[in-house]
Amino acid sequence: MWTFFHKLGSPPWLYAIAGAILRWLVPITLVALVGGMVWGLLLTSPDFRQGNSYRIIYIHVPAAVVALAGYYVMAIAGAISLIWRMKMADVVMKAAAPVGAALTFIALLTGAIWGKPTWGTWWVWDARITSMLILLFLYLGVVALYEAFDNKEAAGKACAVLSLVGMVNIPIIYKSVDWWYSLHQPASIKFSGESTIDPSMLYPLLLMIAAFYALFTCCLLMNMRAELLQRESRTQWVKKIAGKEGRR
Amino acid sequence: MYFDSFQALLTMNGHGIYVWPAYLITIVVIIAVLVAPVRRRNRLLEQLAAELRRTESAAVSGVRGQQ
Amino acid sequence: MSAPHTGQFCALLLRRQLLLAMRRPIEMGNPLLFFTMVIVLFPLGLGPAPDKLAIFAPGVLWITALLSNLLTSDAVFRSDFDDGSLEQLVLAPQPLFLSALAYILAHWLTTGLLLALVSPIFALMLNLPVSALGTLIVSLLLGTAVLSLLGGIGAALTVGLKRGGVLISLLILPLYLPVLIFGTAAVQAAVTGTPSGPYLAILGAMLSLAIALAPLAIAAGLRISIDA
Repeated sequence: MWTFFHKLGSPPWLYAIAGAILRWLVPITLVALVGGMVWGLLLTSPDFRQGNSYRIIYIHVPAAVVALAGYYVMAIAGAISLIWRMKMADVVMKAAAPVGAALTFIALLTGAIWGKPTWGTWWVWDARITSMLILLFLYLGVVALYEAFDNKEAAGKACAVLSLVGMVNIPIIYKSVDWWYSLHQPASIKFSGESTIDPSMLYPLLLMIAAFYALFTCCLLMNMRAELLQRESRTQWVKKIAGKEGRR
Repeated sequence: MYFDSFQALLTMNGHGIYVWPAYLITIVVIIAVLVAPVRRRNRLLEQLAAELRRTESAAVSGVRGQQ
Repeated sequence: MSAPHTGQFCALLLRRQLLLAMRRPIEMGNPLLFFTMVIVLFPLGLGPAPDKLAIFAPGVLWITALLSNLLTSDAVFRSDFDDGSLEQLVLAPQPLFLSALAYILAHWLTTGLLLALVSPIFALMLNLPVSALGTLIVSLLLGTAVLSLLGGIGAALTVGLKRGGVLISLLILPLYLPVLIFGTAAVQAAVTGTPSGPYLAILGAMLSLAIALAPLAIAAGLRISIDA
């Protein structure tokens, strides 16, 4: 058990194991993504209320779910690096931020596009969309703070504190935005998101959610590998890899 | 397959202009987040390899100079 | 010389911060002036119709208070960081949690408190009903204290950076949103005659949570900025 934790702290071991995981996770992710998209786009029948535009759900919801989960991954990694001074947790945190921001961006953009045929406008200050927008700002804040520091060790710690503050605040922000929306909700815009979903639509959705989680993991591991190489560029094991793979 | 023809798949009863761009942009972003770390890693490794070559050749010429 | 007691130390720190602020009355007046200027922008932008202004008044007052708080929060630790006294503070035996709280209290006393006290003037200029003034003051008193605490986190994290000014707004504005929502809602409730107590209670709850947690983050942020 403890040797496992010690190994987690060892960069060459982490680099190798991430590479081994990626070797089979990347193909699985791509197959699941393509399969889920084909299933959602071609094989399911349209929603009786929203018609074909509901097919955007297969990318919108997974992106939103994983973007939110990604923030928690980032914040928990930040907490671990702050409390136990684990360098590798810092690498995880740094790697998660841009991926989470990209997924949040996808969720926002597809939400806006979906809004046009459903609500008649590109943008509605709906509780969930507004919360996603704020999540994007939180992600961008972490990325910007990291870039602003010259000392990367301090940058990691500062981002860890910021993402923890964000994690405490996310439920509060989400609840207040939700409440604010229920107060101001215009009568013309009623979107029954809580209605039961038909199994034939649910299964491709679940597949896509799993695929997006896998995608997040892939990107996280790939970013971590690149980050590890950069941080350890003076060590022997990186030089060995560079000598083997870097020559063209 | 739900749609009867390729035409129907493209238009999706008028919703195609929303659905297809949404999927297209998503695919572009996914490719971008997947390719970015690969490119970064390759660039780093190339840089390091070039550095290694430089120091090696410098060491070799340094040894020759002493002889 | 023996080290002062923790409570005594914080009182001294608070007194020092207030004295420093008092010696620069112009700087202390700046956020208030900023508040005034931005308030003036709204009638010019939205049109001078009194009934229209009254609808937007709660939101306008709260957004303006939020911006003027944001403007000043960058400077909370700046000068003390530059002259090195912040490093002394971090190394002092007294808990940084309480020292940070003293800094924030001083900041709130010189910005949020003053703002809440002068806000009725601008509220009347924006045609807010007189019956809502009490709620406005109380909501601003509670809300700006939360804003000062959250702003302190951003200030502590960016104090070591040369260009912290724009960054701090990106970091802490998202955190300001719940305060804005409930502050505006409280005033809005008072305008429409419904009880505003629940909203003020939520603001009070946010303040309690912020007092308990924000100084932890501020202390951690200050340590990181000093080490960097």
